[in-house]
Amino acid sequence: MAMTQSNTAIFSRPESMQSTVTHYCPGCTHGVIHRLVAEAIDEIGARDRTVGVAPVGCSVLAYNYFNCDFLEAAHGRAPAFATGFKRLRPDMIVFTYQGDGDLASIGMGEIVHAANRGEKFTTIFVNNAVYGMTGGQMAPTTLPGQVTSTCPVGRNANEVGYPIRMAELLSTLVTPGYIERVAVHTPKHIINARKAIRRAFQYQAENRCYSMIEVLSTCPTNWGKTPEEAVKWLDKEMAAYYPIKCFKDSVREGNK
Amino acid sequence: MARILMKGNEAIAEAAIRAGAEGYFCYPITPQSEVAEYLAKRMPEVGGVFLQGESEVAVGNMLFGAASTGKRVFTTSSSPGISLMQEAISYIAGAHLPVVFVNIMRAGPGLGGILPAQSDYFQSVKGGGHGDYRLLVLAPSTVQEAVDLMMLAFDLADKYLNPVMVIGDGLIGQMMEAVEFPDSDPKQNRVNLEERKWAATGAKGRDPVIIKSLFLDPLELEENSLLMDKKYEQMKKEEVRYELYKVSAKNELLVVSYGTVARICQTVIDELESEGVSVGLFRPITLFPFPEKEIYREAKKKNIKTVLTVEMSTGQMVEDVERAIIGAKPVKFFGRTGGIVPNPEEIQGKVLELIGSMKKRSTSSRKRK
Repeated sequence: MAMTQSNTAIFSRPESMQSTVTHYCPGCTHGVIHRLVAEAIDEIGARDRTVGVAPVGCSVLAYNYFNCDFLEAAHGRAPAFATGFKRLRPDMIVFTYQGDGDLASIGMGEIVHAANRGEKFTTIFVNNAVYGMTGGQMAPTTLPGQVTSTCPVGRNANEVGYPIRMAELLSTLVTPGYIERVAVHTPKHIINARKAIRRAFQYQAENRCYSMIEVLSTCPTNWGKTPEEAVKWLDKEMAAYYPIKCFKDSVREGNK
Repeated sequence: MARILMKGNEAIAEAAIRAGAEGYFCYPITPQSEVAEYLAKRMPEVGGVFLQGESEVAVGNMLFGAASTGKRVFTTSSSPGISLMQEAISYIAGAHLPVVFVNIMRAGPGLGGILPAQSDYFQSVKGGGHGDYRLLVLAPSTVQEAVDLMMLAFDLADKYLNPVMVIGDGLIGQMMEAVEFPDSDPKQNRVNLEERKWAATGAKGRDPVIIKSLFLDPLELEENSLLMDKKYEQMKKEEVRYELYKVSAKNELLVVSYGTVARICQTVIDELESEGVSVGLFRPITLFPFPEKEIYREAKKKNIKTVLTVEMSTGQMVEDVERAIIGAKPVKFFGRTGGIVPNPEEIQGKVLELIGSMKKRSTSSRKRK
């Protein structure tokens, strides 16, 4: 048996990620999603021509994790920010990374119009049904009956309406090319999420269309659950309200 | 290039093209929509970006992103639209990015009206958005000066990596005057991205560029604010601009006025001169930095009894004039607002009232309404 060859690395940190200590809570899936995005950027070979646009929320510090140029937008405005950037630099790869308070509440106008214009960037929409950074307040995505610090007896849909399904909402627009909802709470879901995120970046590299990948994510801290309970709650409750599926892929459907 | 007759809004648009602007983002609003209409045709001719956004909130943030590329970008709007851009302006200032904003002011508050006003002085000069920041504010009084200041605005935004606001009252946008543009290829003035080390051009052979305004460590945030303050101090030393009109040792009164109102004041001063009354005009061109020392220098001259500030507002710049003069002379104010442009007679009436020369002047038209 030849032992002269050194061990071959079969798993390593993507080039588009930095080596750093996480600030995310135990059981939070932001870290997994960051990695999937970094892998996608590596795979299309675009690290040195990619800019990420951070939201306001837990992932405002995303630039501490990615090894590419990173820009910090105002709350909810990442799609407008990314529009301005990408229009002037169509040769670069641009992605926004936004939470549900950022994208589905204060930034609703910006996301709808950027998607509707078919801006050629990619949105990674991390939906954990709560405002994370500010301490677990009700988001537009909070499930009916879900308890948060600003709906202490549970979200009352008669008073504040039902949660907004962003992937479905954007799919009603003619222009956006690729919209899929994925999750990262099991290995199988991670593999599918990886494919979807990779596909979205690939479409951008080919200058095809606007893409949004909605990722269902856990927030054990603000859900008041252990990481294990959080995974179960996502699987049972969130996935029931937010179907995990591809809503639109105009490229594969042959429309782009 | 020959002199041509051009509407202010269109001249502002063309000046930005000549200054090498590569991106323009906008939202329609009276009385400046002609800028957008002009650039919708003109930007594509020079290979630049024209985009009509969904709101002024979005437009401000598009500029934030666009400026991060390192290229020259700008917008034009009018008062209520500029209010909506304050969020982005604060972020752009905090992130040290160069963007040129143009406010063709209409009367406020609220929806107000669509006629000319100067009631956004406080908003432009004193802040508007949150945080310790300043805008470099330029105020043209003619269409030609609007062209010249637009060219300058891009240079100053680049020099200081700070947003610059050009404020013109509605008249600047709407009137037609003869203008001359410098003979230059619009592409000549475009920036060389390789020289812009702060711009997000891709982390090729260098560490990632981070453009941000969040500093959770208070010492870092203070450091950022102090760095900004240093720029503002430098502006005060190097960028003060103003114009004097018929200022002399004989002046009995000094008028301080900016924008098109200053031109009306010139008419008043000419008229008074022919009647043997000596009045001088001090016209600030930069509203920030404000020509404090220079106004003080003129106001403290022996013969000057009173300083009169004339504005299309209920009195905003007058506070800076008072601050500049620090009690050396009485500072009085005359203004019309709501979209009303003051006529020479009413300004003249105020001047004469102040210098106690009302005697023997019987024409009722000269009396203040």
